[in-house]
Amino acid sequence: MSPALRYALTFAVMLAATAGIAALSDWPLYRHHPADMAQVKLSFSHGSDRKAGCRPATAEELAKLPPNMRRPVVCPRDRPSVRIEADLDGRPLLRAEIRAGGIAGDGPARLYRKFSVPAGPHVLDLRLSDTGRAEGFDYTGRMEVALAPAQNFVVDFRPAEGGFVAR
Amino acid sequence: MIGPRSVLRRAFDAVDRGLDRTLGPSLNPMDRLGALGFFFYWIVAVSGIYLFIPFDTGVHGAYASVERITHAQWYAGGVMRSLHRYASDAMVAAMLLHMAREWAHDRYRGVRWFSWLTGVPVLWLLYVSGITGYWLVWDKLAQYVAIASSELLDWLGVFGEPVARNFLAPDALSDRFFTLLVFMHIAVPLFLLFAMWIHLQRISRPKVNPPRALAAATLAAMLAVSLWRPALSQGPADLTTVPSEVGLDWFYLLLYPLIDLWSHGWIWGLLAAFTVMLLAMPWLPPFRRARAAEVTLAQCNGCGRCVDDCPYNAVTLVPRRDGRPFSHEAQVDPGLCAACGICMGACPTSTPFRRSSALATGIDLPERSLTWLRERVLAVTGGTKSGSGVLAFACSHAADTGALVSAGAGVVQLPCVAMMPPSLIDFVLSRELAAGVLVVGCAESGCHHRLGVAWMRERIAGARDPYLRARVPRERLATVWAGPSDAGRVIAAHDELKARLAGLAVAAPARRAVS
Repeated sequence: MSPALRYALTFAVMLAATAGIAALSDWPLYRHHPADMAQVKLSFSHGSDRKAGCRPATAEELAKLPPNMRRPVVCPRDRPSVRIEADLDGRPLLRAEIRAGGIAGDGPARLYRKFSVPAGPHVLDLRLSDTGRAEGFDYTGRMEVALAPAQNFVVDFRPAEGGFVAR
Repeated sequence: MIGPRSVLRRAFDAVDRGLDRTLGPSLNPMDRLGALGFFFYWIVAVSGIYLFIPFDTGVHGAYASVERITHAQWYAGGVMRSLHRYASDAMVAAMLLHMAREWAHDRYRGVRWFSWLTGVPVLWLLYVSGITGYWLVWDKLAQYVAIASSELLDWLGVFGEPVARNFLAPDALSDRFFTLLVFMHIAVPLFLLFAMWIHLQRISRPKVNPPRALAAATLAAMLAVSLWRPALSQGPADLTTVPSEVGLDWFYLLLYPLIDLWSHGWIWGLLAAFTVMLLAMPWLPPFRRARAAEVTLAQCNGCGRCVDDCPYNAVTLVPRRDGRPFSHEAQVDPGLCAACGICMGACPTSTPFRRSSALATGIDLPERSLTWLRERVLAVTGGTKSGSGVLAFACSHAADTGALVSAGAGVVQLPCVAMMPPSLIDFVLSRELAAGVLVVGCAESGCHHRLGVAWMRERIAGARDPYLRARVPRERLATVWAGPSDAGRVIAAHDELKARLAGLAVAAPARRAVS
């Protein structure tokens, strides 16, 4: 076989290999989310109220402290868990109690959850407790949304803006 | 029993032999996978530098700048972008094939553990390099990959804030975070290059550059495909929507559909288990570690031929210690020695002609010594002058020689065909222990001990020391380089040699009658 023919065949082999590689670089298509569905994403990073765990110091506790450190209220370092509930169209979507982050449990509680929901009008009810209370909630919100197919509807929690906010 | 390794080995061998026949061994890309991997790396590096110059590293300008590069300058920037992607993908393909081929040919354990082990970080660094690159285009695929990757990383719980929160909404993603991704896409490939360099440290004469003709053909093919099917974006990222359908790069993103199907814990478990398995493979049974070569100082003059020929950098020259009038002596590092015997074949003192019963050579294998080799030859041939058949010296990693034995040939199996000193061929033919010698080595593009076939060819051709002496009748010698799927070629070479020898036997009495 002549060298020219061998070079031509080498080019042909590498061309076929590269064409195969190029084809697989973006084909076949992958559908990871149904076309008629939307997505609701609930996410927040929120430090719950540390004051909720505060209690009056006992006389024994105060007696053990130097006079200049005798504070009448003892506040633990760790934060209470954040309790959240979400209903979509009256049906439970999420019930979760999220522990405060950090080794000592003194960081913010973090949530990142996503839900695939049918496109169309929905009512989203949200409730959150960040004070460690056993009953009731500190924040509530209701959102009425019409979700388009493939829409990504994000709900965050920002106490400074009044609680639950759509982003 | 035929296991998956045997099947894969035969499959690779069949492809190799087909490419050897079509392109020739020197242009066979399957034999140059490592070198091609380096070549693809350089294509990616050069095209990446070109693309980085006009690239906008801010999240709001990234997509538009990539589109400008791709379309406004399709003949340069567009081609560079395609080269960048396709060479990256080709690097993954070359790496996975290289890994599978080395496993199939059992070239990953023993002294080769280092190359295998250091190849594992190369694997993951390449994946991280490629995946971070897909984020930067900031199209719908980038959005999908970025969010899926972040969610996977967040499962580890090592980041204070969930990384995925950076992709919650358009206003959540900052230029600063995006610039960090750009930095990662530059830094990780540099670590990759460093890991590739370490990967080569324990082998001599590593092939880091493909032959020019193969490199030119590869680059030309990539340019042609880049012009014919340029790499394109998949529409701008939009965090208010879910990119429902994406064109995945199946070389880098093969696992991403699993991320959607399995929990993140299972994905990490799978990756960890796969990595541990890869790292442990060189030490899994069965263990087949032969004893390392040993130097006999009384016979070693420090000529360095064994050092030149060792494929594993296991032999070095060190200052002489025994007071003899030579400047150096050979020293074997047992941790690096594969006991292939190539050093013994290269030693000028390895001659079977000596009369002593225990042959002494400068460097020898304890379990397959030169003495053993001569005795094996004598045992197979009967040790008499009446040898009229063919004696085959066969590499134990080459084609099966069972058919040769059936055909009446004597066979001496060697760990590597280059373990045979050329003087052994002279010994067999000059003592008329056999009428002809057949050398059966691995296929040229699949030498188990990397350089054995090349060295043996050069020794026979008189191009490498120690040479096969000129007095050896070449018409009584045949060579065949054959992989596991090439047993037919071995028997064909044997039959051809037998026919030639028969012709010589007829011609010799005729010549005697004339004289």
